[in-house]
Amino acid sequence: MKLLVTLKRTPQRDARIRISEEGDALDLDNVQFEVNPFDELAVEEALRIKEARGEAEVVVVSVGAEECEQQLVSAMAMGADRAVRVHHDGELDSLQVAKALAAVVEREEPDLVLSGKLAVDDECGQVPAMLAGLLGWPQASQASDIELSEDASGATVVCEVDAGLETVSLALPAVIMADLRLNEPRYASLPGIMKAKKKPIATLGIEELGDLGPARSRVTGFRALEDKPPGIKVGSVEELVQALEEKKLI
Amino acid sequence: MTDTLIIIQATSNELSKSDLAAAGFGREAAAASGGSFDILLLGPSAAALSAEVAGLGGGTVFTMSSAELEVYTAEAFAAAAAAFLSGHPYRLTAAATSSATKEYFPRLAALLDVPMASDVLKVESVDPQKAVLTRAVFVGNLLATVELEAPQALVTCRSSEFAPPASGGESSAVEPVDAPTALASPGKVFVGLEAASSDRPDLKEADIIVSVGRGTRGPDEGIPLCERLADVLGAALGATRAVVDAGWLANEFQIGQTGKIVAPEVYVAIGLSGSIQHLAGMRNSKTIVAINKDPEAPIFEVADLGLVADLFDAVPELTAALESRGG
Ligand SMILES: Cc1cc2nc3c(=O)[nH]c(=O)nc-3n(C[C@H](O)[C@H](O)[C@H](O)COP(=O)(O)OP(=O)(O)OC[C@H]3O[C@@H](n4cnc5c(N)ncnc54)[C@H](O)[C@@H]3O)c2cc1C
Ligand SMILES: Nc1ncnc2c1ncn2[C@@H]1O[C@H](COP(=O)(O)O)[C@@H](O)[C@H]1O
Repeated sequence: MKLLVTLKRTPQRDARIRISEEGDALDLDNVQFEVNPFDELAVEEALRIKEARGEAEVVVVSVGAEECEQQLVSAMAMGADRAVRVHHDGELDSLQVAKALAAVVEREEPDLVLSGKLAVDDECGQVPAMLAGLLGWPQASQASDIELSEDASGATVVCEVDAGLETVSLALPAVIMADLRLNEPRYASLPGIMKAKKKPIATLGIEELGDLGPARSRVTGFRALEDKPPGIKVGSVEELVQALEEKKLI
Repeated sequence: MTDTLIIIQATSNELSKSDLAAAGFGREAAAASGGSFDILLLGPSAAALSAEVAGLGGGTVFTMSSAELEVYTAEAFAAAAAAFLSGHPYRLTAAATSSATKEYFPRLAALLDVPMASDVLKVESVDPQKAVLTRAVFVGNLLATVELEAPQALVTCRSSEFAPPASGGESSAVEPVDAPTALASPGKVFVGLEAASSDRPDLKEADIIVSVGRGTRGPDEGIPLCERLADVLGAALGATRAVVDAGWLANEFQIGQTGKIVAPEVYVAIGLSGSIQHLAGMRNSKTIVAINKDPEAPIFEVADLGLVADLFDAVPELTAALESRGG
């Protein structure tokens, strides 16, 4: 079977991001990048499916400029077999990215697409469900457990929803989005890192993928959160109760 | 001119705070565009909820239900909403952010080929060709201005940021609409839902939340102490990811970037450090109270009232103080 994992290059999870002086862009000069944490879970899940089945090809795909090859290599160092990069330098909106990925899916014809549920930079949580909609495939979001049927015709997925844990069954091909409790991503081993250097990255020009339409969602400015007045430290439970009473909170 | 549509998932017989907040978003968007808003109730309880929803200040309340909408699936709800919207092109179509709209709204955006903004905090302006909105990015650490340049667009809105519309006034007309046939996507079946039962208020509805972190050392140690405090306060219980990962509480209790986003009147943070991912889910709470034994814990940077103490002493003492006060 073939598993396709979508992957975004994002700033390191705890990086402090500053705004440029003009307020219209981010100052990313000293920021380290990594594989979006939720996509790392998707890569790990694909590798576990491959290991459990004894056969499968794991292809990682990213839409972006040349530097996102570093993250494709990281995924291949974990164990993915090969990578596809759709070359684009500059802003795209979620629907354009989803359309580019849909075109890659049509070429690759995977049995399953695994994605992170959210990119930790823009926090849109849109691309994978848009991809499922464009393809007309079923989807499962916020997955914390994935069980494939023996013949790989379907999957039973446990999803973390507001009310609790929802179980759904999907016919493949489908798009499944990883949540944090899906697994614990492995670290790349030294031999894995060596091997990754020799694994292929195919590059596609975005213009080869058909008409993606214009960017209709654009971020035009950033601002910092409003500063909150500093709070007070109370010295005892008694003082805490008193302060709560004064604020009429209890 | 009617230009905003609010979609409410009618799979239970009760309206939630989030549904009311979505109507509040409708009112704000309508005020920004100089128009009005309608409501679409989608699901088996559409008719049952319509009378209450008709009092929310919208123009028309549409109700749509069918066998395929009996149980929520992203596939059926997106298809139903797409069918309705292709006959009624609204300027903006919005719903409250929830685990359901997180998955079916982007799918709907793809079906309609329209742009979308997720978890919007504020409406800046709405013109016929451009909607300008504010949302949070980078784990809630920055605000971004997003422009949706299209005559139609989708929005999910963060319910804690929109006040419910004042009730009273004229009642909207209620209009049943047909669901499209053959909605159910062939590939998806709902199997079941496992929910922890609790007598405490729902996290999204509660005025007070008592939230527990790893410092509580689990269900045999600190968590029952915090539960007793929650009960005395009539509060909901929340938790950090560390607590849920450890299996101490179920996933629906998690607050933060990957859990629920809440903004109650009072948020009592106990034995949790205040990681950026946790802050992303609660920093807009009106008053934040923190109890932590580490004076350097980052939670104190956002706390209005901080108590540096061992929770195993402070929480029972606080519970007792509140009990004796109430009695
Ligand atoms: C992509 C991603 C998404 C994430 N999403 C979320 C999310 O949605 N929600 C979330 O919460 N986390 C999330 N996390 C995890 C987050 O980074 C932290 O690991 C987590 O919030 C820590 O939980 P905690 O505060 O309970 O534990 P800790 O950070 O271990 O803090 C425990 C605190 O308890 C205090 N303490 C210990 N003993 C006592 C005592 N006896 N009395 C008083 N205080 C005591 C300590 O001083 C400490 O401050 C995410 C992480 C990643 C990478
Ligand atoms: N440029 C991209 N290239 C590949 N995958 C992407 C890209 N942008 C988003 N995705 C995928 O979509 C998920 C959600 O992203 P977002 O909708 O931006 O929050 C990510 O976790 C990725 O798996």
